[in-house]
Amino acid sequence: MATDKNSLQLVTNGILQENPIFKLALSMCPAVGISTTVVNGLMLGIAVLFVQVFSSVTISLIKDFIHPRIRIPTYTLTIATWVTVIDLTLAAYFPAAYAQMGIFVKIIVAFAIITMRLEMFACKESVPASFWDGLGMGLGFLVGMVVIGFVRELLGSGAIFGYDVLGFKPLLFFILPSAGFFVVGLMMGFFNWIEASYAKRGKK
Amino acid sequence: MMIKNRLNLAVWFWAAISALVLCSPAWGAGIVASTSFGEDNEIIVEFRTPVEVAIAGEAQRYRVFEETDPDILLPVTEVEVADDGTRATLRFADPLNTTSAHVVNAQGIGGLESTTFTVSKSYLGYLLTVLISALLIKNFVFTKYLGLCVFFGTSKRKETAKGMGVVFTIVVVVAVSMSWVLYQYVLKPFHLDYLQIVVFIGLTSLTVQAVDTVLRKVNPVLFKSFGVFLVLVIANCVVIAVPLLMASNEYNYFETLMLSLGAGGGFLLALYLMSSVRERVELARVPEPFKGLPIAFIVAGQFAMAFLGFSGLQLF
Repeated sequence: MATDKNSLQLVTNGILQENPIFKLALSMCPAVGISTTVVNGLMLGIAVLFVQVFSSVTISLIKDFIHPRIRIPTYTLTIATWVTVIDLTLAAYFPAAYAQMGIFVKIIVAFAIITMRLEMFACKESVPASFWDGLGMGLGFLVGMVVIGFVRELLGSGAIFGYDVLGFKPLLFFILPSAGFFVVGLMMGFFNWIEASYAKRGKK
Repeated sequence: MMIKNRLNLAVWFWAAISALVLCSPAWGAGIVASTSFGEDNEIIVEFRTPVEVAIAGEAQRYRVFEETDPDILLPVTEVEVADDGTRATLRFADPLNTTSAHVVNAQGIGGLESTTFTVSKSYLGYLLTVLISALLIKNFVFTKYLGLCVFFGTSKRKETAKGMGVVFTIVVVVAVSMSWVLYQYVLKPFHLDYLQIVVFIGLTSLTVQAVDTVLRKVNPVLFKSFGVFLVLVIANCVVIAVPLLMASNEYNYFETLMLSLGAGGGFLLALYLMSSVRERVELARVPEPFKGLPIAFIVAGQFAMAFLGFSGLQLF
Protein backbone atom coordinates (compact mmCIF):
# COMPACT_ATOMS: atom_id res chain seq x y z
CA MET A 1 0.00 0.00 0.00
CA ALA A 2 1.35 3.37 -0.91
CA THR A 3 0.11 6.71 0.19
CA ASP A 4 -1.39 8.99 -2.44
CA LYS A 5 -0.20 12.17 -0.73
CA ASN A 6 2.90 14.02 -1.87
CA SER A 7 5.69 14.99 0.48
CA LEU A 8 4.36 18.50 1.17
CA GLN A 9 0.92 17.17 2.08
CA LEU A 10 2.52 14.62 4.41
CA VAL A 11 4.41 17.33 6.24
CA THR A 12 1.46 19.73 6.57
CA ASN A 13 -0.78 16.87 7.68
CA GLY A 14 1.38 16.45 10.77
CA ILE A 15 1.46 20.16 11.50
CA LEU A 16 -2.19 21.04 10.90
CA GLN A 17 -4.79 18.31 10.35
CA GLU A 18 -3.27 15.78 12.74
CA ASN A 19 -1.26 17.98 15.10
CA PRO A 20 -0.08 15.58 17.83
CA ILE A 21 -0.69 17.97 20.71
CA PHE A 22 -3.82 19.93 19.83
CA LYS A 23 -5.66 17.49 17.56
CA LEU A 24 -4.63 13.97 18.57
CA ALA A 25 -4.01 14.96 22.22
CA LEU A 26 -1.11 12.54 22.45
CA SER A 27 2.18 13.00 24.27
CA MET A 28 0.79 15.68 26.53
CA CYS A 29 3.21 15.14 29.40
CA PRO A 30 5.99 17.50 28.25
CA ALA A 31 3.42 20.00 26.97
CA VAL A 32 2.17 20.33 30.53
CA GLY A 33 5.38 19.64 32.40
CA ILE A 34 8.21 21.71 30.95
CA SER A 35 6.81 24.09 28.32
CA THR A 36 7.33 27.08 30.61
CA THR A 37 9.61 28.83 28.11
CA VAL A 38 9.99 28.86 24.33
CA VAL A 39 13.52 27.50 24.55
CA ASN A 40 12.47 24.46 26.59
CA GLY A 41 9.67 23.73 24.13
CA LEU A 42 12.03 24.13 21.18
CA MET A 43 14.69 21.82 22.61
CA LEU A 44 12.31 19.01 23.45
CA GLY A 45 10.55 19.54 20.12
CA ILE A 46 13.85 19.06 18.28
CA ALA A 47 14.59 15.92 20.29
CA VAL A 48 11.18 14.44 19.43
CA LEU A 49 11.57 15.47 15.78
CA PHE A 50 14.91 13.66 15.63
CA VAL A 51 13.61 10.49 17.26
CA GLN A 52 10.43 10.46 15.16
CA VAL A 53 12.23 10.90 11.81
CA PHE A 54 14.96 8.36 12.49
CA SER A 55 12.62 5.75 13.99
CA SER A 56 10.21 6.11 11.05
CA VAL A 57 13.02 5.67 8.53
CA THR A 58 14.53 2.72 10.41
CA ILE A 59 11.24 0.86 10.70
CA SER A 60 10.39 1.62 7.10
CA LEU A 61 13.77 0.20 6.02
CA ILE A 62 13.43 -3.07 7.94
CA LYS A 63 9.66 -3.50 7.71
CA ASP A 64 9.93 -6.62 5.53
CA PHE A 65 11.99 -8.46 8.16
CA ILE A 66 9.76 -7.79 11.18
CA HIS A 67 7.48 -10.62 12.19
CA PRO A 68 4.01 -9.10 12.83
CA ARG A 69 3.73 -10.67 16.28
CA ILE A 70 6.82 -8.98 17.65
CA ARG A 71 6.36 -5.68 15.88
CA ILE A 72 5.48 -3.64 19.00
CA PRO A 73 8.62 -4.70 20.94
CA THR A 74 10.66 -3.98 17.81
CA TYR A 75 9.24 -0.47 17.60
CA THR A 76 9.95 0.09 21.28
CA LEU A 77 13.56 -1.01 21.02
CA THR A 78 14.12 1.07 17.87
CA ILE A 79 12.74 4.16 19.58
CA ALA A 80 14.77 3.41 22.72
CA THR A 81 17.96 3.28 20.65
CA TRP A 82 17.35 6.65 19.02
CA VAL A 83 16.28 8.18 22.34
CA THR A 84 19.56 7.01 23.87
CA VAL A 85 21.42 8.68 21.00
CA ILE A 86 19.69 12.05 21.43
CA ASP A 87 19.86 11.77 25.23
CA LEU A 88 23.63 11.32 25.25
CA THR A 89 24.11 13.99 22.57
CA LEU A 90 22.10 16.61 24.44
CA ALA A 91 23.81 15.73 27.72
CA ALA A 92 27.21 16.20 26.07
CA TYR A 93 26.63 19.38 24.04
CA PHE A 94 23.81 21.24 25.79
CA PRO A 95 24.26 20.41 29.48
CA ALA A 96 22.38 23.49 30.74
CA ALA A 97 19.24 22.90 28.70
CA TYR A 98 19.48 19.17 29.36
CA ALA A 99 19.50 19.75 33.11
CA GLN A 100 16.31 21.81 32.81
CA MET A 101 14.48 19.16 30.82
CA GLY A 102 15.46 16.53 33.34
CA ILE A 103 13.83 13.19 32.86
CA PHE A 104 11.63 14.29 29.95
CA VAL A 105 14.17 13.52 27.22
CA LYS A 106 14.44 9.91 28.35
CA ILE A 107 10.69 9.68 28.56
CA ILE A 108 10.33 10.29 24.81
CA VAL A 109 10.72 6.52 24.60
CA ALA A 110 7.17 6.05 25.94
CA PHE A 111 5.55 8.74 23.78
CA ALA A 112 2.43 7.34 22.23
CA ILE A 113 2.73 9.55 19.16
CA ILE A 114 5.95 7.94 17.91
CA THR A 115 4.77 4.35 18.34
CA MET A 116 1.46 5.28 16.74
CA ARG A 117 3.10 6.71 13.61
CA LEU A 118 5.31 3.64 13.29
CA GLU A 119 2.31 1.34 13.60
CA MET A 120 0.00 3.32 11.33
CA PHE A 121 2.41 4.66 8.74
CA ALA A 122 6.05 3.61 8.68
CA CYS A 123 5.45 -0.14 8.72
CA LYS A 124 3.40 0.08 5.51
CA GLU A 125 4.92 2.88 3.50
CA SER A 126 8.10 3.53 1.53
CA VAL A 127 11.19 5.07 3.12
CA PRO A 128 10.80 8.60 1.63
CA ALA A 129 7.11 8.77 2.55
CA SER A 130 7.92 7.68 6.11
CA PHE A 131 10.62 10.31 6.27
CA TRP A 132 8.21 13.08 5.28
CA ASP A 133 5.51 11.77 7.62
CA GLY A 134 7.96 11.60 10.51
CA LEU A 135 9.16 15.11 9.70
CA GLY A 136 5.57 16.40 9.65
CA MET A 137 4.65 14.76 12.95
CA GLY A 138 7.87 15.91 14.61
CA LEU A 139 7.35 19.46 13.35
CA GLY A 140 3.73 19.38 14.49
CA PHE A 141 4.89 18.44 17.97
CA LEU A 142 7.61 21.09 17.87
CA VAL A 143 5.14 23.77 16.77
CA GLY A 144 2.71 22.76 19.52
CA MET A 145 5.43 22.89 22.18
CA VAL A 146 6.71 26.27 20.97
CA VAL A 147 3.19 27.76 20.86
CA ILE A 148 2.46 26.64 24.42
CA GLY A 149 5.89 27.77 25.56
CA PHE A 150 5.33 31.15 23.85
CA VAL A 151 1.97 31.71 25.56
CA ARG A 152 3.26 30.64 28.96
CA GLU A 153 6.46 32.65 28.78
CA LEU A 154 4.78 35.78 27.41
CA LEU A 155 1.87 35.82 29.83
CA GLY A 156 3.70 34.26 32.76
CA SER A 157 6.96 36.19 32.87
CA GLY A 158 6.37 38.87 30.23
CA ALA A 159 9.36 37.69 28.22
CA ILE A 160 10.23 35.88 24.99
CA PHE A 161 13.41 33.81 24.73
CA GLY A 162 14.36 35.19 28.11
CA TYR A 163 14.21 38.85 26.93
CA ASP A 164 11.78 41.05 28.78
CA VAL A 165 9.34 42.40 26.20
CA LEU A 166 6.24 43.39 28.14
CA GLY A 167 7.90 44.93 31.17
CA PHE A 168 5.29 43.44 33.49
CA LYS A 169 3.93 39.98 34.28
CA PRO A 170 0.27 39.70 33.25
CA LEU A 171 -0.40 36.21 34.62
CA LEU A 172 2.45 35.08 36.83
CA PHE A 173 0.40 31.99 37.54
CA PHE A 174 1.12 30.63 34.03
CA ILE A 175 4.74 29.72 34.71
CA LEU A 176 3.89 27.67 37.78
CA PRO A 177 4.14 23.97 36.96
CA SER A 178 0.54 23.11 37.82
CA ALA A 179 -0.75 25.83 35.49
CA GLY A 180 0.35 23.68 32.54
CA PHE A 181 -2.97 21.84 32.70
CA PHE A 182 -4.92 25.12 32.63
CA VAL A 183 -2.91 26.56 29.73
CA VAL A 184 -3.29 23.45 27.59
CA GLY A 185 -6.99 23.11 28.45
CA LEU A 186 -7.72 26.76 27.70
CA MET A 187 -5.77 26.66 24.42
CA MET A 188 -7.56 23.51 23.29
CA GLY A 189 -10.90 25.14 24.07
CA PHE A 190 -9.81 28.28 22.24
CA PHE A 191 -8.81 26.35 19.11
CA ASN A 192 -12.09 24.41 19.21
CA TRP A 193 -13.96 27.70 19.43
CA ILE A 194 -12.11 29.17 16.44
CA GLU A 195 -12.72 26.02 14.44
CA ALA A 196 -16.40 25.96 15.33
CA SER A 197 -16.99 29.60 14.44
CA TYR A 198 -15.02 29.09 11.21
CA ALA A 199 -17.21 26.11 10.31
CA LYS A 200 -20.37 28.07 11.12
CA ARG A 201 -19.32 30.92 8.84
CA GLY A 202 -18.56 28.42 6.10
CA LYS A 203 -22.10 27.04 6.30
CA LYS A 204 -23.84 30.43 6.01
CA MET B 1 -4.19 -17.25 40.58
CA MET B 2 -3.30 -13.61 40.54
CA ILE B 3 -4.87 -12.97 43.93
CA LYS B 4 -2.98 -15.90 45.41
CA ASN B 5 0.26 -14.53 43.98
CA ARG B 6 -0.34 -11.14 45.47
CA LEU B 7 -1.14 -12.73 48.82
CA ASN B 8 2.15 -14.60 48.70
CA LEU B 9 3.96 -11.42 47.86
CA ALA B 10 2.32 -9.60 50.75
CA VAL B 11 3.20 -12.34 53.27
CA TRP B 12 6.78 -12.44 52.06
CA PHE B 13 7.02 -8.70 52.20
CA TRP B 14 5.77 -8.47 55.79
CA ALA B 15 8.16 -11.22 56.87
CA ALA B 16 11.04 -9.21 55.42
CA ILE B 17 9.90 -5.99 57.09
CA SER B 18 9.48 -7.60 60.50
CA ALA B 19 12.92 -9.19 60.21
CA LEU B 20 14.34 -5.73 59.57
CA VAL B 21 12.54 -4.27 62.56
CA LEU B 22 13.73 -7.06 64.86
CA CYS B 23 17.32 -6.67 63.74
CA SER B 24 17.57 -2.91 64.13
CA PRO B 25 18.13 -2.66 67.97
CA ALA B 26 21.30 -4.70 67.61
CA TRP B 27 23.06 -1.64 66.14
CA GLY B 28 23.89 0.37 69.18
CA ALA B 29 26.54 -1.87 70.68
CA GLY B 30 28.96 -0.44 73.26
CA ILE B 31 27.87 2.12 75.81
CA VAL B 32 25.18 3.64 73.61
CA ALA B 33 21.80 1.99 74.04
CA SER B 34 19.77 3.93 71.50
CA THR B 35 19.86 7.11 69.46
CA SER B 36 17.16 9.20 67.87
CA PHE B 37 16.42 12.62 66.43
CA GLY B 38 14.58 14.94 68.81
CA GLU B 39 13.52 18.41 67.73
CA ASP B 40 14.74 19.84 64.40
CA ASN B 41 18.23 20.46 65.73
CA GLU B 42 18.57 17.74 68.38
CA ILE B 43 20.09 14.30 68.63
CA ILE B 44 19.13 12.28 71.70
CA VAL B 45 21.54 9.60 72.92
CA GLU B 46 20.66 7.07 75.63
CA PHE B 47 23.53 5.31 77.41
CA ARG B 48 23.52 1.76 78.72
CA THR B 49 25.51 2.64 81.78
CA PRO B 50 25.47 6.07 83.45
CA VAL B 51 28.23 8.38 82.24
CA GLU B 52 29.94 11.21 84.11
CA VAL B 53 27.68 14.22 83.66
CA ALA B 54 30.38 16.88 83.63
CA ILE B 55 32.48 15.13 80.96
CA ALA B 56 29.56 14.15 78.77
CA GLY B 57 28.30 17.73 78.91
CA GLU B 58 31.33 19.19 77.10
CA ALA B 59 30.30 20.07 73.57
CA GLN B 60 33.82 19.91 72.09
CA ARG B 61 34.03 16.18 72.81
CA TYR B 62 31.56 15.44 70.03
CA ARG B 63 32.22 15.40 66.30
CA VAL B 64 29.07 15.01 64.20
CA PHE B 65 28.74 14.72 60.42
CA GLU B 66 26.33 13.35 57.86
CA GLU B 67 27.31 9.90 56.66
CA THR B 68 27.38 11.08 53.04
CA ASP B 69 29.53 14.17 53.76
CA PRO B 70 32.26 13.17 56.25
CA ASP B 71 34.19 16.40 55.53
CA ILE B 72 31.50 18.78 56.75
CA LEU B 73 31.41 18.78 60.54
CA LEU B 74 28.19 19.97 62.14
CA PRO B 75 29.07 22.13 65.16
CA VAL B 76 27.49 21.07 68.46
CA THR B 77 26.42 24.18 70.35
CA GLU B 78 25.23 22.64 73.60
CA VAL B 79 24.98 19.26 75.31
CA GLU B 80 22.39 18.66 77.99
CA VAL B 81 22.92 15.54 80.11
CA ALA B 82 20.21 14.16 82.39
CA ASP B 83 21.18 14.12 86.09
CA ASP B 84 21.45 10.33 86.26
CA GLY B 85 23.83 10.33 83.29
CA THR B 86 21.89 7.95 81.07
CA ARG B 87 20.69 10.42 78.51
CA ALA B 88 22.34 13.22 76.58
CA THR B 89 20.76 15.72 74.20
CA LEU B 90 23.06 17.25 71.58
CA ARG B 91 21.90 20.58 70.19
CA PHE B 92 23.08 22.08 66.90
CA ALA B 93 23.06 25.59 65.50
CA ASP B 94 21.05 24.64 62.39
CA PRO B 95 18.23 22.15 61.87
CA LEU B 96 19.50 18.71 60.85
CA ASN B 97 18.70 16.94 57.62
CA THR B 98 16.94 14.06 59.34
CA THR B 99 16.51 12.01 56.16
CA SER B 100 20.19 11.10 56.07
CA ALA B 101 22.13 9.14 58.66
CA HIS B 102 24.41 11.11 61.00
CA VAL B 103 27.63 9.78 62.47
CA VAL B 104 28.58 10.88 66.00
CA ASN B 105 32.09 10.45 67.34
CA ALA B 106 32.44 11.03 71.08
CA GLN B 107 35.80 11.34 72.86
CA GLY B 108 36.27 10.17 76.41
CA ILE B 109 32.65 9.48 77.25
CA GLY B 110 31.97 6.74 79.81
CA GLY B 111 35.69 6.01 80.24
CA LEU B 112 36.18 5.02 76.59
CA GLU B 113 38.77 6.90 74.57
CA SER B 114 36.50 7.21 71.56
CA THR B 115 33.19 5.74 70.51
CA THR B 116 31.41 6.17 67.21
CA PHE B 117 27.75 5.56 66.53
CA THR B 118 25.24 6.46 63.86
CA VAL B 119 21.90 8.17 64.24
CA SER B 120 19.20 7.53 61.69
CA LYS B 121 15.47 7.34 61.47
CA SER B 122 13.84 3.95 61.75
CA TYR B 123 14.15 2.15 58.44
CA LEU B 124 10.48 1.21 58.38
CA GLY B 125 9.56 4.85 58.72
CA TYR B 126 11.93 5.71 55.89
CA LEU B 127 10.37 3.06 53.64
CA LEU B 128 6.91 4.41 54.42
CA THR B 129 8.15 7.89 53.58
CA VAL B 130 9.29 6.66 50.17
CA LEU B 131 5.85 5.10 49.63
CA ILE B 132 3.85 8.15 50.75
CA SER B 133 6.13 10.42 48.79
CA ALA B 134 5.56 8.53 45.54
CA LEU B 135 1.84 8.18 46.30
CA LEU B 136 0.93 11.75 47.30
CA ILE B 137 3.72 14.28 47.65
CA LYS B 138 5.35 13.50 44.32
CA ASN B 139 2.31 11.94 42.66
CA PHE B 140 3.44 11.05 39.16
CA VAL B 141 0.34 12.42 37.45
CA PHE B 142 -0.43 15.60 39.37
CA THR B 143 2.99 16.82 40.41
CA LYS B 144 5.33 15.29 37.83
CA TYR B 145 2.97 15.50 34.85
CA LEU B 146 3.75 12.01 33.56
CA GLY B 147 1.47 9.38 32.06
CA LEU B 148 -1.04 11.95 30.89
CA CYS B 149 -2.09 10.33 27.58
CA VAL B 150 -3.27 7.20 29.34
CA PHE B 151 -4.56 9.23 32.26
CA PHE B 152 -6.94 11.26 30.10
CA GLY B 153 -7.78 8.30 27.91
CA THR B 154 -8.96 5.95 30.66
CA SER B 155 -10.45 8.31 33.25
CA LYS B 156 -13.88 8.66 31.63
CA ARG B 157 -15.54 5.86 33.66
CA LYS B 158 -14.80 4.60 37.16
CA GLU B 159 -14.76 1.00 35.95
CA THR B 160 -12.05 1.58 33.34
CA ALA B 161 -10.14 3.77 35.78
CA LYS B 162 -10.01 1.00 38.36
CA GLY B 163 -9.03 -1.64 35.78
CA MET B 164 -6.26 0.48 34.33
CA GLY B 165 -4.93 1.43 37.74
CA VAL B 166 -4.76 -2.16 39.00
CA VAL B 167 -3.17 -3.56 35.84
CA PHE B 168 -0.69 -0.71 35.79
CA THR B 169 0.32 -1.26 39.42
CA ILE B 170 0.96 -4.97 38.86
CA VAL B 171 3.01 -4.41 35.71
CA VAL B 172 5.03 -1.59 37.23
CA VAL B 173 5.89 -3.56 40.38
CA VAL B 174 7.01 -6.63 38.41
CA ALA B 175 8.88 -4.69 35.73
CA VAL B 176 10.68 -2.39 38.15
CA SER B 177 11.72 -5.31 40.37
CA MET B 178 13.32 -6.97 37.35
CA SER B 179 14.88 -3.68 36.30
CA TRP B 180 16.42 -3.34 39.76
CA VAL B 181 18.06 -6.77 39.56
CA LEU B 182 19.39 -6.10 36.08
CA TYR B 183 20.57 -2.61 36.97
CA GLN B 184 22.37 -3.64 40.17
CA TYR B 185 23.95 -6.86 38.93
CA VAL B 186 24.51 -6.29 35.22
CA LEU B 187 24.38 -2.66 34.13
CA LYS B 188 26.31 -1.17 37.06
CA PRO B 189 29.12 -3.73 37.40
CA PHE B 190 29.81 -3.67 33.65
CA HIS B 191 29.45 0.14 33.28
CA LEU B 192 26.59 -0.16 30.83
CA ASP B 193 24.67 2.78 32.27
CA TYR B 194 24.02 4.22 28.83
CA LEU B 195 21.83 1.19 28.04
CA GLN B 196 19.38 2.11 30.81
CA ILE B 197 16.60 3.30 28.52
CA VAL B 198 16.79 0.32 26.17
CA VAL B 199 16.94 -2.23 28.99
CA PHE B 200 14.20 -0.69 31.13
CA ILE B 201 11.70 -0.23 28.33
CA GLY B 202 12.56 -3.68 26.98
CA LEU B 203 11.85 -5.27 30.36
CA THR B 204 8.55 -3.43 30.58
CA SER B 205 7.38 -4.66 27.19
CA LEU B 206 8.51 -8.13 28.17
CA THR B 207 6.47 -7.97 31.37
CA VAL B 208 3.42 -6.73 29.51
CA GLN B 209 3.77 -9.53 26.97
CA ALA B 210 4.25 -12.12 29.72
CA VAL B 211 1.28 -10.96 31.80
CA ASP B 212 -0.79 -10.93 28.61
CA THR B 213 0.14 -14.50 27.69
CA VAL B 214 -0.19 -15.91 31.20
CA LEU B 215 -3.47 -14.19 31.95
CA ARG B 216 -4.98 -15.26 28.61
CA LYS B 217 -4.36 -18.93 29.44
CA VAL B 218 -4.88 -18.93 33.21
CA ASN B 219 -7.88 -16.72 33.67
CA PRO B 220 -9.71 -15.82 30.44
CA VAL B 221 -12.50 -14.05 32.34
CA LEU B 222 -10.08 -11.69 34.01
CA PHE B 223 -8.24 -11.26 30.72
CA LYS B 224 -11.44 -10.17 29.02
CA SER B 225 -11.94 -7.32 31.44
CA PHE B 226 -8.30 -6.30 31.96
CA GLY B 227 -6.60 -7.34 28.71
CA VAL B 228 -7.28 -4.09 26.87
CA PHE B 229 -5.39 -2.07 29.45
CA LEU B 230 -2.22 -4.12 29.08
CA VAL B 231 -1.40 -2.56 25.72
CA LEU B 232 -1.86 0.91 27.17
CA VAL B 233 0.64 0.33 29.97
CA ILE B 234 3.55 0.49 27.55
CA ALA B 235 2.41 3.90 26.28
CA ASN B 236 2.51 5.32 29.81
CA CYS B 237 5.58 7.41 30.57
CA VAL B 238 5.48 6.42 34.25
CA VAL B 239 6.69 2.89 33.46
CA ILE B 240 10.00 4.29 32.25
CA ALA B 241 10.20 7.12 34.79
CA VAL B 242 10.06 4.77 37.81
CA PRO B 243 13.11 2.62 36.90
CA LEU B 244 15.05 5.73 35.87
CA LEU B 245 14.32 7.30 39.26
CA MET B 246 15.27 4.04 40.95
CA ALA B 247 18.61 4.05 39.13
CA SER B 248 19.43 7.70 39.75
CA ASN B 249 18.57 7.47 43.46
CA GLU B 250 20.47 4.18 43.91
CA TYR B 251 17.56 2.67 45.81
CA ASN B 252 17.91 -0.74 47.40
CA TYR B 253 15.31 -3.42 46.74
CA PHE B 254 12.82 -2.45 49.46
CA GLU B 255 12.96 1.20 48.54
CA THR B 256 12.44 0.25 44.90
CA LEU B 257 9.44 -1.87 45.82
CA MET B 258 7.97 1.02 47.81
CA LEU B 259 8.61 3.46 44.98
CA SER B 260 6.90 1.25 42.41
CA LEU B 261 3.95 0.51 44.72
CA GLY B 262 3.62 4.22 45.37
CA ALA B 263 3.80 5.05 41.68
CA GLY B 264 1.16 2.45 40.80
CA GLY B 265 -1.07 3.35 43.74
CA GLY B 266 -0.69 7.04 42.98
CA PHE B 267 -1.73 6.47 39.38
CA LEU B 268 -4.74 4.43 40.54
CA LEU B 269 -5.67 7.18 43.00
CA ALA B 270 -5.33 9.90 40.37
CA LEU B 271 -7.42 7.91 37.86
CA TYR B 272 -10.13 7.19 40.39
CA LEU B 273 -10.39 10.80 41.59
CA MET B 274 -10.42 12.07 38.01
CA SER B 275 -13.04 9.58 36.81
CA SER B 276 -15.34 10.46 39.71
CA VAL B 277 -15.24 14.10 38.67
CA ARG B 278 -15.52 13.44 34.94
CA GLU B 279 -18.64 11.32 35.40
CA ARG B 280 -20.27 14.38 36.97
CA VAL B 281 -18.84 16.90 34.52
CA GLU B 282 -20.64 15.05 31.75
CA LEU B 283 -23.94 16.04 33.33
CA ALA B 284 -22.90 19.66 33.81
CA ARG B 285 -23.46 22.41 31.27
CA VAL B 286 -19.98 22.97 29.90
CA PRO B 287 -19.47 25.60 27.15
CA GLU B 288 -19.47 23.89 23.76
CA PRO B 289 -15.77 24.39 22.82
CA PHE B 290 -14.64 23.08 26.22
CA LYS B 291 -16.56 19.81 26.10
CA GLY B 292 -14.48 16.67 26.43
CA LEU B 293 -10.74 17.03 26.75
CA PRO B 294 -10.32 20.80 27.46
CA ILE B 295 -12.50 20.71 30.58
CA ALA B 296 -10.74 17.52 31.69
CA PHE B 297 -7.43 19.37 31.55
CA ILE B 298 -8.81 22.21 33.64
CA VAL B 299 -10.14 19.75 36.23
CA ALA B 300 -6.74 18.07 36.30
CA GLY B 301 -5.15 21.48 36.86
CA GLN B 302 -7.31 21.95 39.94
CA PHE B 303 -6.30 18.53 41.22
CA ALA B 304 -2.67 19.44 40.64
CA MET B 305 -3.11 22.57 42.73
CA ALA B 306 -4.80 20.55 45.46
CA PHE B 307 -1.93 18.07 45.46
CA LEU B 308 0.51 20.94 45.99
CA GLY B 309 -0.93 20.96 49.50
CA PHE B 310 0.87 17.69 50.21
CA SER B 311 4.30 19.21 49.62
CA GLY B 312 6.33 19.32 52.78
CA LEU B 313 4.28 16.57 54.36
CA GLN B 314 6.53 14.63 56.70
CA LEU B 315 5.19 11.72 58.69
CA PHE B 316 8.32 10.14 60.14
